[in-house]
Amino acid sequence: MAGNNPNSKPMNLTLRVWRQKNSQAAGTLETYQVKDISPEMSFLEMMDVLNEDLLRSGVDPIAFDHDCREGICGMCSLYINGRAHGPERGTTTCQLHMRKFSDGDTITIEPWRAGPFPILKDLCVDRSALDRIQQAGGYISVNTGGVPDANEIPIPKPIADKAFDAATCIQCGACVAACKNGSAMLFTSAKVSQLAMLPQGQVERKTRVENMVAQMDKEGFGACTNIGSCAAECPVGISLENIAMLNREYIGASFTSENV
Amino acid sequence: MILDSKIPEGPLAEKWDKHKFNVKLVNPANKRKYDIIVVGTGLAGASAAATLAELGYNVKAFCYQDSPRRAHSIAAQGGINAAKNYQNDGDSVYRLFYDTIKGGDYRAREANVYRLAQVSVNIIDQCVAQGVPFAREYGGLLANRSFGGAQVSRTFYARGQTGQQLLLGAYSALNRQIAYGKVKMYPRTEMLDLVMVDGKARGIITRHLITGKIESHSAHAVILATGGYGNVFYLSTNAMGSNATAAWRAYKKGAFFANPCFTQIHPTCIPVSGGYQSKLTLMSESLRNDGRVWVPKAVGDNRAPGQIPEDERDYFLERKYPSFGNLVPRDVASRNAKLACDEGRGVGTTKLAVYLDFADAIKREGLEKISQKYGNLFDMYAKITGENPYEQPMRIYPAVHYTMGGLWVDYNLMTTVPGLYATGECNFSDHGANRLGASALMQGLADGYFVIPYTIGDYLAQNPTTRIETSHPAFKEAEAAVRADVDKLLSINGSRTVDDFHKALGHIMWDYCGMARNAEGLQYAKQEIRKLREAFWSDVKILGTNEELNITLEKAGRVADFLELGELMVDDALNRNESCGGHFREEYQTPENEALRDDENYTYVAAWQYTGPNQPAVLHKEELKFENVKLTQRSYK
Ligand SMILES: Cc1cc2nc3c(=O)[nH]c(=O)nc-3n(C[C@H](O)[C@H](O)[C@H](O)COP(=O)(O)OP(=O)(O)OC[C@H]3O[C@@H](n4cnc5c(N)ncnc54)[C@H](O)[C@@H]3O)c2cc1C
Ligand code: SF4
Ligand code: FES
Repeated sequence: MAGNNPNSKPMNLTLRVWRQKNSQAAGTLETYQVKDISPEMSFLEMMDVLNEDLLRSGVDPIAFDHDCREGICGMCSLYINGRAHGPERGTTTCQLHMRKFSDGDTITIEPWRAGPFPILKDLCVDRSALDRIQQAGGYISVNTGGVPDANEIPIPKPIADKAFDAATCIQCGACVAACKNGSAMLFTSAKVSQLAMLPQGQVERKTRVENMVAQMDKEGFGACTNIGSCAAECPVGISLENIAMLNREYIGASFTSENV
Repeated sequence: MILDSKIPEGPLAEKWDKHKFNVKLVNPANKRKYDIIVVGTGLAGASAAATLAELGYNVKAFCYQDSPRRAHSIAAQGGINAAKNYQNDGDSVYRLFYDTIKGGDYRAREANVYRLAQVSVNIIDQCVAQGVPFAREYGGLLANRSFGGAQVSRTFYARGQTGQQLLLGAYSALNRQIAYGKVKMYPRTEMLDLVMVDGKARGIITRHLITGKIESHSAHAVILATGGYGNVFYLSTNAMGSNATAAWRAYKKGAFFANPCFTQIHPTCIPVSGGYQSKLTLMSESLRNDGRVWVPKAVGDNRAPGQIPEDERDYFLERKYPSFGNLVPRDVASRNAKLACDEGRGVGTTKLAVYLDFADAIKREGLEKISQKYGNLFDMYAKITGENPYEQPMRIYPAVHYTMGGLWVDYNLMTTVPGLYATGECNFSDHGANRLGASALMQGLADGYFVIPYTIGDYLAQNPTTRIETSHPAFKEAEAAVRADVDKLLSINGSRTVDDFHKALGHIMWDYCGMARNAEGLQYAKQEIRKLREAFWSDVKILGTNEELNITLEKAGRVADFLELGELMVDDALNRNESCGGHFREEYQTPENEALRDDENYTYVAAWQYTGPNQPAVLHKEELKFENVKLTQRSYK
């Protein structure tokens, strides 16, 4: 037990978990019980405990995506009790801890649901569409070598800080899962605004926004109707201002398009 | 076999430039006739893949995550070193070189380290050009901080998320080449074997983690950039999937493994809280710039930290190392935390923790300033422990963090297998027996952006462009062997889970091959690992088939390799009858409990050669020559 909370009691929980054998199969919610869950455990450690039990009793363990378990790689992705990454604001599933739950709770665990994110198995989905949006223009076209000294490009600190904030998106896809339209605007806008704010990003500013938005549409993500559930569920606090900026960039670009 | 490190002749400062001039070049029109496989898309892999594609080579890149951007480099927090001397505080290429050699306790190659320091300055330029949002001063220029053990401010950072921002820079360069069709990206694809034809690396065998499909990929050269093997300890700051499999299978095909026992145990991690624990979280070293490390003076003092008066606290690092204080190198800080806990002065309910206290810093600089510097780390700490570090000191304890050991490479980053290269954490090259903070990011990007693009050309230029089809018998044999391994794992149908074995191995490694080692313990560990390995192969429980997303099967393959690598680490630790850097043999210490090197007998790289299943590995020595730096006992007093 950890240092802070020696009296916190272990919990017994009921889990309803989406099980689906593969992308073709139909899925269902299955019910499992877990016992003696320490409040100090992370949510995924609780899932590990369940998986060890399942494995021992000859049941296929539940597949879910995860890797760093410190809220930065963007690989974890559960829809917990109807919320992307669960009940705690500004927190990825892997950083969610069981002290947020109570003994006797029933917890429903589902995968991200969005057309462009097909389910692969159980709780794992295919988010490669997000990579393809980045490939459409989320970069500054410089080759290795032959670039100016880093301090030849001074950038005012407030702009550098804002660009940094936009650059912290972890590409988890929670914004898409949280949006009733399945829109990827928050995600796309984060990269568009990061690069639009920086002097290095000016040269390709117009084509970048056009190409990334075109790819987003091509992948089948929905339209943005300014509901804001994306930003509310974003674990790293990517701001809606980025969407406003993307819209300005896009309109600006379409007036003077270089993509002809 | 004599190990030839291929260090160029001439004065230290001129070696790399001369070498770049002397290497053979591939004619631009011929580059597209060569195919290169890059396994891994962390800083080392993504930078190499993008740069090689820019040069015109055809690149195939692989990673086990669902996106190349999720490689564990993303988790690096503190920063990246570069000898820019923007702060005018006396830094230089030579000083960064010197600090790295000394920090590594004189067990790294001078020429490699010097080159690393030289190209460090280009890395920062490159990253800024890509749009990496480094921290800046109000004047708009780049900010620096001093980091773990350095007396100059040469560390560039992006809040506490430097690895993320650097990797996203490399990922964007990679994406651009994917869009151009010069890189073909294979995510969720794990390398399971290396394929050799006529004694040269010519391809790999992979398993697709969703479909289970086992496939061959052919190329003219293969680069491994698969990261470190810290997960051999089960608990570490690595990602859950971090593994040694690619490097280990290359070892079994003839690539020597160097200094496997050199592991870095990082002093500032969140302590273990229970048996269910799946990983350990690092609290960046930068915290030691402002946090003070202490334990109660008295054994068994159970009072809450706030109730322990100043004069009953032991700020042991400040006491023992007045000139470096809380900023001593990692190995020194970790060992002293362990000593304090061994004496019974640890804190928290497990007593395996020491305090890292910000009260003085908050008093001096104000809450807001501290929160600006460390806000995200404090939040992460609060999320994990439920405690508020602004109000009470953090509890920290050392955890496995980085592996200095890895595949042996020469100056060109080529392993002992022709055409097989290793870059980033998976090679052994630049950090000796202890890595300095903020130097791994530097090394990964140096290797990928600025070294391998030159050195691989030298090799390719001397090899024909002829392609080998994957129908070649060498590929078919390797595929069949991989298939047989998978079938064997699936057929055991035993009673113990993979995690169970992995945890058991982790305990052995931590207890006997961790922060302090001795011959008796290491002998015991060797026997225990063997027993565990036998038990694994007769009693592991894996369900399902190969032809599906099978999380247990994936893990089993990795743990099988850890069970072999663990034994080699123990062999290496037993062989090295000295203490140096992160390798602390209890038999070899100074009266003040500092590491006691034996330069006369151990100034060498221990490179191990595989000789067959359950056969002892054969040791080859690469003598290290220090022509520029005088070997002294490291002193941080
Ligand atoms: C928490 C943490 C904080 C750190 N902070 C710092 C810091 O502040 N400064 C610093 O300098 N260093 C830091 N380090 C160290 C540094 O981050 C790493 O050493 C470095 O990023 C490793 O980069 P890499 O490219 O070699 O490997 P990684 O980034 O680990 O990438 C490995 C790649 O290989 C792939 N891979 C692995 N095995 C296979 C396989 N069998 N088949 C296919 N693909 C495979 C993975 O998918 C991944 O793409 C930190 C490390 C950790 C863990
Ligand atoms: S914007 Fe937020 S929610 Fe969307 S992918 Fe990025 S980090 Fe995830
Ligand atoms: S596992 Fe990496 S963000 Fe959750």
